[in-house]
Formats: sequence, C-alpha cells, structure tokens
Amino acid sequence: MASIRTWMRLALLAGAAMIFAAPVLEASAGVDLPKIEKGKGEKCVEETQFMRRNHMELLKHHRDETMRKGIRTTKHSLKKCVECHASEKTGSVAASKDDFCASCHRYASVKLDCWDCHATKPMKKPIQVAQPSPRMDLAKESVK
Amino acid sequence: MSESTNTESSRRDFLKAGALVAGVTLGPGVLFYGIAHSRAPEEGASSAKRWGMLIDTTKCGDGCNDCVTACNTENGLSGKTGPQDSQWIRKVDIKDLRSGFVQSLPMMCQHCENPPCVDVCPTGASMKRADGIVLVDRHICIGCRYCMMACPYKARSFVHEPLTDQNPEVPRGKGCVESCTFCVQRVDRDEQPACVEACNTKSHQAMIFGDLKDPESAVAKALKAYDSVEVRADMGLNTGVRYQGI
Ligand code: HEC
Ligand code: HEC
Ligand code: HEC
Repeated sequence: MASIRTWMRLALLAGAAMIFAAPVLEASAGVDLPKIEKGKGEKCVEETQFMRRNHMELLKHHRDETMRKGIRTTKHSLKKCVECHASEKTGSVAASKDDFCASCHRYASVKLDCWDCHATKPMKKPIQVAQPSPRMDLAKESVK
Repeated sequence: MSESTNTESSRRDFLKAGALVAGVTLGPGVLFYGIAHSRAPEEGASSAKRWGMLIDTTKCGDGCNDCVTACNTENGLSGKTGPQDSQWIRKVDIKDLRSGFVQSLPMMCQHCENPPCVDVCPTGASMKRADGIVLVDRHICIGCRYCMMACPYKARSFVHEPLTDQNPEVPRGKGCVESCTFCVQRVDRDEQPACVEACNTKSHQAMIFGDLKDPESAVAKALKAYDSVEVRADMGLNTGVRYQGI
C-alpha cells in the first residue's frame, strides 16, 4: 500500500521536474500558446529567453539613449526589431493578429502605443551608415 | 582620513583604467569613422558642437516653396496648411507698407540656446540636446501645448488626428506636439537637413547649415563675414537660426 503512494508521489515529483526543466514555451502542452513567427537570421540581438522577458526594458533604455542623447547604435533599435521580425505575409510586425509583436502581446493582453508613431514595416531602402554625399565637410568647402 | 585617500586613489585608478579601455575600443572606431563619419553611433550628441543655420533672405525667392516641400517629404507631413495641420517650416512674406518691398523667408524652430518651450514644459518632454537641437521627446509629451504658446516663432504644431504610413525614421503620432528637428535623423549621419539640401540642390543657396562652434564651418565663416540678425533678438534667446538681409 505504502509503496503505491510513494510511487505516485515520486511520479508527481518527476512530472513537475520535467515541466520546470523544459523550455517555457514547450512546458504546458494543452494550453494554447501564441504562434510566434521566427525572426530573420540565426538569432536575436540577445539570448532568446532573455529577449522574451526583457525586450521592453531594452527598448525603453535605447529609446532614451537615442532620443535624448543622440546615440545611434542599432543593436537595440526598434527599427531593427521591425526589420528582422516583420512578417513574410503582411510585411509588418503588428498589422495582423499573427504578426510577431502583435501575436504575443495579444496573448499576454499587452497593448502598445508605440505603433501610433513608429512604423510597423521596415524602411523601403535601408539607410547606409556612411553616406557619400552631401556631407558636412563638403559643405565646408562650398562657401569661400 | 586615510580611508578617504584610499577611495580617492582607487577611484582615480578606476577612471584611468576606464580611459584606457575607452581608448582601445575607440581607436579603430575613430579611424574608421574619421573617413566616412565624424561621429561614431555610440558617441551621442556633444556640447562641443552647436548646430545652426544662416538664411540669406536676399536669395530666398518670393513664391519658392522648395524647402517646405522637402521638409514635408522627409518628415511625412501632409503639406496642408490649415490651422490643425502640422507645419515644421513655412514661408513668411514681409512687406514694407510704405515702399511695397516684399521679402520672403522660411520660418521654423529657431533652436534657441534659451528655449522658452523647454522652460514651460511640465514633463521634460521639450528638451535641448547637447548639440543645441531643440526637440520634443514624444515619449514623454502629454500634449498640453504650453510650449506652443510659449514659442515666439509659432514654430510648433500639434497632431490632432491619427496618422498612418509614417516614415520609419520619423515617428509621429496623435496627441503630441512636434516641430522642426533640424532633421536630426539626417544630421546624426552627417547629412544636411532636407530643407537645406533642397535649397542648395535647386541652387538657390539661401540656406547654410553647420556647426556654429567650428570656426572652419561654412556657417560660422558666413556669420563672421556678413551682418545677420536674430528674429526677436530683444528676447535674448540666442537663436541657432540667423537671418541675413532683413
Ligand atoms: C508620439 C510618438 C511616439 C510614440 C507613441 C512612441 N515613440 Fe518612440 N520615438 C518617437 C520619436 C519622434 C523618436 C525619435 C526618432 C529619431 O530621432 O530617430 C522615437 C525614437 C524611439 C527609439 C529610438 C529609435 C529606434 O528606432 O530605435 C526607440 C527605441 C523608441 N522610440 C521606442 C519606442 C517604444 C518602445 C514605444 C512604445 C512604448 C514608442 N517608442 C512610442 C516617437 C514616438
Ligand atoms: C538579426 C535579426 C533580429 C533582430 C535585429 C531582432 N531579432 Fe528578435 N529574434 C530573431 C530571431 C531569429 C529569433 C528566434 C530565435 C530563436 O528561435 O531562438 C528572435 C526571437 C525574439 C523573441 C522571442 C520570440 C519567441 O519565440 O518567444 C523576442 C521577444 C524578440 N526576438 C524580440 C526582439 C526585439 C524587441 C528586437 C529589437 C530590440 C529584436 N527581437 C531584434 C531575430 C532578430
Ligand atoms: C514572447 C512574447 C512577446 C513577443 C514576441 C513580444 N513581446 Fe513585447 N511584451 C511581452 C509581454 C509579456 C509584455 C508585458 C510585460 C509586463 O507587463 O511586464 C511585453 C511588453 C512590451 C512592452 C512594454 C509595454 C508597456 O506598456 O510597458 C514593449 C514596448 C514591447 N513589449 C515591445 C515589443 C515589440 C516591439 C515586439 C516585437 C518586435 C515585442 N514586444 C514582441 C511579450 C512579448
């Protein structure tokens, strides 16, 4: 008798251990999970797991860096997220409910105001960092 | 006492080490950007510069709208001029009523050193960047429009309606105040503001943009060579935009 109970307990423990050990999104089979399109390229700008939890912090930090200090690094730029994560179908990250940012946010009941202003589609032509002309130092020459 | 000296010296060591690391990592960057780019992306705006502009009204054509059109295209403005439409730059005609002499000039945010819009902003959204560009941080703007009332140049607009299809580089949206940014997204990659580029491409050459603090810049040289004025100089705002010929 006692042994059956012990076995059941052990089984429960083992089950729990399996659930906690498995990657978060595969853990709860049977629960409806958001279908998230995979981004372009090999991997995200940080560890996938870290991004799931912390992307909003990265974005808010980078927003202030760019807006207030004029720092123009691209790693945590919202424009870059959109470039990699825009859907193949809609070309956007938030146009349809299945698009990357929208799918997960809908699932988690998160509503963003970012798209009131920020484009959800990538730039048509990507900006080059080094523009040949017209440049400031050329402008220096123009008045003499 | 001895403890404080200790912390002091260790702080110095730390700073020195920091400087060294910064030197090493910046080294190649400086070299690389020296050719194509005067400022590395991670560097940020610096108070060693002050962006400014000189507008020669004698070259600015009455009826010419090229700067306005270029601004609208770059920043995704509709180009409409109703009371509720955004205008970041607009043409103003001034007429001498006795002689009938008409002058035309573009008016926009004057990027003041002492901006009244920044003074009155209750949230810190109205701001001046280290390099003198006056901006609205629209992540913090609550749309109260105090700054619009404070601006003597009527340079700011409020977005009344939802917008779509914004330029990815120029996010704009309902409920916020906005104004000329000197095309900060272009300036940060060493390009001229769209209005200046258009004015020069069409060879009117009425606008010169550059670093007021760099004596070698075209704008500083021109300011040194010609008489120029600030609009409403009486207010002591030290505007970054100056006019010549009015
Ligand atoms: C009312 C308009 C508005 C809203 C709403 C808004 N932004 Fe912005 N955002 C801007 C403007 C304007 C800039 C400055 C763009 C520039 O100078 O390049 C900017 C810049 C940024 C940047 C730096 C540029 C980049 O592409 O990386 C980030 C990051 C950013 N915003 C994140 C956000 C996030 C996250 C939200 C939503 C929580 C948001 N913004 C909502 C207007 C807005
Ligand atoms: C170089 C392309 C690229 C850029 C830029 C990029 N991502 Fe990703 N991102 C990916 C890829 C690829 C994955 C999938 C990685 C995986 O499957 O392990 C991913 C995964 C993610 C995930 C986890 C999705 C999931 O399946 O749970 C989030 C959240 C995320 N990205 C957010 C962002 C944000 C926010 C930004 C902008 C700061 C960004 N990404 C920029 C390529 C990119
Ligand atoms: C793996 C699911 C997932 C994906 C994919 C995802 N997000 Fe999120 N995001 C969340 C969750 C969950 C929250 C809410 C976290 C909280 O409230 O603490 C959130 C919150 C945010 C916030 C903060 C909202 C606020 O009002 O504070 C921003 C900004 C944000 N996400 C941007 C993005 C962008 C941009 C993308 C697409 C590039 C994206 N997210 C993709 C799950 C996701």
